[in-house]
Amino acid sequence: MKIAVCVKQIPDPAAPYDLDPDSHFVVRPNDQVLDDTDRYGVEVGLQLVEQVGEEATLTLVSMSPAGSLQGIRQALAMGADRAIVIDDETLRGADALTTAKVLAAALQEDGFDLVIAGTESTDGYAGVMPQQLAELLGVPSMSFARKVDRDGDTLRIERQTEDGYAVVEAPFPAVLTVTSGVVEPRYPNFKGIMQAKKKPIETRSCADLGVVPEVQQVIQSVEPIPARQAGEVVEDEGEGYLKIIEKLEEAKVI
Amino acid sequence: MTTWVFCEEQNGAPSASSLELLTKARSWGDVAVFYVGAGSDEAFAALGEYGATTIHQLDAGDALPAAVAAAAMSDLVAADDIALFGMGYTARDVAGRLSARLGCTVLSNATDIDLGGDQVRVSNEILGGTTRVITAATEGPVVVVVRPKVFAAEAGEGAIPPVTTVAVPDVGHAGAGTVLERHVEESEGPDLEAAAIVVGGGRGMGGADDKWEPVAKLAGLLGAAVGATRAVVDAGWVPYSLQIGQTGKTVKPDVYIACGISGAMQHLVGMKDSGLIVAINKDAEAPIFSIADLGVVGDVHKVVPALIEALEAR
Repeated sequence: MKIAVCVKQIPDPAAPYDLDPDSHFVVRPNDQVLDDTDRYGVEVGLQLVEQVGEEATLTLVSMSPAGSLQGIRQALAMGADRAIVIDDETLRGADALTTAKVLAAALQEDGFDLVIAGTESTDGYAGVMPQQLAELLGVPSMSFARKVDRDGDTLRIERQTEDGYAVVEAPFPAVLTVTSGVVEPRYPNFKGIMQAKKKPIETRSCADLGVVPEVQQVIQSVEPIPARQAGEVVEDEGEGYLKIIEKLEEAKVI
Repeated sequence: MTTWVFCEEQNGAPSASSLELLTKARSWGDVAVFYVGAGSDEAFAALGEYGATTIHQLDAGDALPAAVAAAAMSDLVAADDIALFGMGYTARDVAGRLSARLGCTVLSNATDIDLGGDQVRVSNEILGGTTRVITAATEGPVVVVVRPKVFAAEAGEGAIPPVTTVAVPDVGHAGAGTVLERHVEESEGPDLEAAAIVVGGGRGMGGADDKWEPVAKLAGLLGAAVGATRAVVDAGWVPYSLQIGQTGKTVKPDVYIACGISGAMQHLVGMKDSGLIVAINKDAEAPIFSIADLGVVGDVHKVVPALIEALEAR
C-alpha cells in the first residue's frame, strides 16, 4: 500500500510574518517549519503503515520553496520513508488549484492508494485544496475525519458534521483529510532525527511534471485593519469578579 | 451573469450560511440555488423568501454528496457566473471539487464581495484579522467561499421559486463514498452560533468534568451557550461541535466571556467580532487581553467561581 501525505513548510508561526511590499506574498525564510496541522496527517499515515506491515510505504509530497528543507526533515524524522518536493520559481503565490494540480501530477507519477492532508494550512487556510486534489485524481474525498479506520480495501472515518459526526466509508484509492486531534502526533526521537538526514528527498519542477501555472487571481490591495482597542486589564486580588459584574450590568445582560 | 448559492440541507432546513449568502446576492439580480438534500416545500419557500429565483435540487441519498454535486453543478455554472459557498463541511467539499472541474480559482475566507466594474473582488482578513487583503479574480467563473456571519440573513418577500430536480450524475470511483450512520451530539442550552452570550473555555480550565464545570455553570446562569478552543476539543473535554475558531464555528454574540483562553489566532478569528469581550487568564501577556474590553489577570478557578457565587446571590 502506497500512502502519501501532503505536507507544507511554513514560516514559524511564532515569529511575525512579513509580506513582500511588491508582490504581497509572504516572505519565506530559508528555515521553514512543518505546518503543525500536517503532523496529524503524518501520524495517521504512520499508524496505517504500521497496521498494514512491511509492504506499506509513506511518502511526503510538498509544494514549497525547499530552503533548508527543515520542515520536510521534521516530517521524515517522525518516520516517513521519503519525500518529493516541488520547488519552482513560477509557483510563488500559486492559488489552491495550482497547488492541487502540481500535487496531483506528482502523485499520479509516483502512484498512491491513499493521500492524506490536513483540512487547511495554517498560513494560507483556503481550506479547499484537498478536495480539488481529490477531484483531479478522480477519487472520493473523505474529508474532515476525526477518527480513521482501515478494513482491507475500505477506509472508514468519522466525519465531522455541523451538529455531530457521520460514519463514512469508501474504497481505496481516496483522499483523506484529518482534523487536528484525530490522533496524538509522535515526537521524533533522536534515532528518527538522525535517520531523517539520510532519507531520500527528490525534487521536481513544473516542467518535470508538465504543469503550467496559471494566474487567475491577483492581490489588489493590502491594508491594516484598525485594531480593536484593548480595554481595561486588572490584576485579580480577589475582587476581579466585581469588575466583570460591573461590565455585564453595563451591557444589560444581568 | 447568474449568481449561484450553494445550500446544503441541515436538519431538513436550508443551512444558515445559504440564507446569509442569498441576502447579499439578491441585490445583484437573479440568484439560482443549488440545493443538496431531500428538500421540502418549507425549505424551498424559505429560500424564495431570502431571494432565490430558481432552485436546482439534487438528492444524493446516502452517498457522500460532494463529487456528484460538483459534477452536476459544473454543467449549470456558466463562464460569467459567480458561485457562492459557506464554510460548512459539505459546502467546502463541493466548492473545491467544482473549482477543479471548472478549472477556475477559489477566493476563500471572504469577508466581503464587490461586483463593481467587471471584476469580482473579494476581501479577506489575514494574520489573525489584522490585515485586509482585496483579491480580484481575473477570469470566470468565480467560486467564492464566504466566512460565516459576514452578511446578516434578512428575509425579503420572494415567492416560492421553481424547483428543478437534478439527476445524480455517474462520476465513477470519485463518488464512491457512502454515509453509513449520522450522529447528533446534543449540547445543552442555546445554539452556539445564535446565542447572545457565549462562555468560552480554553486549555487554562485544566481538564474535563469538574475542572470544566465552572464554564458550564456560568453559561447556565447567564443563559449562554458554551464554546471551546481547539485545544479543548482536541483533548476531548467537550465535543468538536462546540469548537470556536478557524476550523470550528464563528460566533458574534453581544457578550463573549473567555475563560482560561490564551487567544491563539485560530481561536480569535472565530470570536473577535463579538460585542463585549471579557477575558480571564492567569498570563498577563496572553493575546486575548489585546482584544478584550475587560481583562482579569488571575486564576480562572478562583475568579469564575466567585463570579458564579455573586450571580447566584442576586
